[in-house]
Amino acid sequence: MSTASTAPDSTHPGGIAGWMASQVANLGAAAMAWVAGVGDVAIFTLQTFGWLLTRRQRRDVIIPNFYRIGVMSLPVVALTGLFIGMVLAVQSYAQFKALGLQTRLGSVINLSLVRELGPVLAATMLAGRVGSAMAAELGTMRVTEQIDALESMGANPIYYLVVPRFLGCLVLIPSLTVMADFMGVLGGYFYSHVLLGIDYHHYWANSREYVDAFDFLLGIFKSLFFGAAIALVSCHHGFHCQPGAEGVGRAATNAFVHSFVLILILDLFLGIWLNNVHDFFRPEGPRRLL
Amino acid sequence: MPAVATASSRHHDDAAGPLLQVDRLGVQFGSQHVLRDISIDLDPGQTLVVLGESGCGKTVLLKTMIGLIRPTSGFVRFEGQSLATLSDRALAHTRTRYGFVFQGAALFDSLSIRDNIAFPLREHTRLAEPDINGIVESLVDEVGLPRSVLEKKPVQISGGMRKRAGLARALALDPHLVLYDEPTTGLDPIMSDVINELILTVSRRPHTTSVVVTHDMNTARKVADRVIMLYPLFRLQSGEPQVVFDGTPDELDRSNDPRIRQFVEGRAGARLMELREEQAREAGQRDEASRASEAEPSTEEDE
Repeated sequence: MSTASTAPDSTHPGGIAGWMASQVANLGAAAMAWVAGVGDVAIFTLQTFGWLLTRRQRRDVIIPNFYRIGVMSLPVVALTGLFIGMVLAVQSYAQFKALGLQTRLGSVINLSLVRELGPVLAATMLAGRVGSAMAAELGTMRVTEQIDALESMGANPIYYLVVPRFLGCLVLIPSLTVMADFMGVLGGYFYSHVLLGIDYHHYWANSREYVDAFDFLLGIFKSLFFGAAIALVSCHHGFHCQPGAEGVGRAATNAFVHSFVLILILDLFLGIWLNNVHDFFRPEGPRRLL
Repeated sequence: MPAVATASSRHHDDAAGPLLQVDRLGVQFGSQHVLRDISIDLDPGQTLVVLGESGCGKTVLLKTMIGLIRPTSGFVRFEGQSLATLSDRALAHTRTRYGFVFQGAALFDSLSIRDNIAFPLREHTRLAEPDINGIVESLVDEVGLPRSVLEKKPVQISGGMRKRAGLARALALDPHLVLYDEPTTGLDPIMSDVINELILTVSRRPHTTSVVVTHDMNTARKVADRVIMLYPLFRLQSGEPQVVFDGTPDELDRSNDPRIRQFVEGRAGARLMELREEQAREAGQRDEASRASEAEPSTEEDE
């Protein structure tokens, strides 16, 4: 937005007071649009849960969706995990070496992986690969009246199009997260042991001491929320796609951007909440890394 | 079509009066009024053609008739029941008595033609697969498609074939009311006539009522029992009815209303002048804006 359009303008019909009034009105309109948008997503989510709980999905609809969401995403998630594990080793090594604590590298790499990077990266890859494709596919179906066709035949588009995708993301994202974690752990170990020459016994002993089942399950638990968010946001963008190629393109892009932002916001709040849960069960606090 | 047909026909025979009633219907998108105070009673067995130029609200009217678009005011009643008062489940059930042929066929890309046509049967009947296949094949024969297309995906067949497959899918549940959205648009004259013949054949099925939205006069003359012509709201004075004609195709051809004559004869008339004036007006506005920006440098440059 240019400066000219936002600065108080003496040529505005109502003078500065008029300009301010129009700014307040614009702000109000934007807030109303935002609230309406959030409400729309909330209704969409409730309808999805309604259909999920009241009617069983057909096997021939579920299987292809699961294949596209889970199996097809596996290689890219594995690759991302592998590289991020190695990158963590590269970045942390110098700091740890300066302190003479190279053998503790395993604990920081593996803890970051299973708590944060594994789930977040698996979710990001899913949002990029599957989320935007879902938005583009449903957007094209909206534009070519296929969603109207479903409704005109007395079939519910949310039941047919959204619920299988939602289920796919929800059920399969934990597996993708496990894959990202596993490959990351492998990548970190490979770089630390093979290339940096850190003793493998100390590497694993430290990892085992500082990473426990809670950390691993915390990552998996968070990923469920990420998967649900990706499916709902992407399908919602597809359903409300504007006409034309530009509309479909925008739906796909927005699906990724909004999913990604939501993943990070969810990650923060789930992190805070789960730390409290952790403290409740373990009042002695987290074990110190150094 | 076995079980389905008998069940639905029985229901239809019980209903008295018009099959579909559009009552003082108004549709508005944001601040834009598309339809205003439209009332149509559609008798069973009738074939109604809705004519009108692009953007006059024909497709919106058609989608409102099946509840895909909710009216801003007024009602649509199918067999005496207002669509607005129906629950989602009841509306879905009511829609099984409709068939909708979309402009671009709207076949599901991911399914074969066979699965597309079988979709409503699998969704709403408990027929066994062999019975469904039998119905699908008879429908394909009825719309004149070779059975070899059954295993193909919609993108692998021509536009005319897609339209016919869309019609076959719309007929799968033996509907009482078949709605056609621009059925001949984008087709060559021969294929257009094939589609017109098919509409005519379908309209002769017992208990079948049709609404065809089109701007093709050949379709109107060939298939219509009754023609309605809609006029774009922005060209009307307030208070003027939006339905500018309601009668038989012969009466349409004999009409002296200049708005109807212009459409029937396909003349641009004053529209061309309007377009040129609008272009000139827009160009004038652009010039004025650029002169203003030259005379008064922007704040960004001042800084």
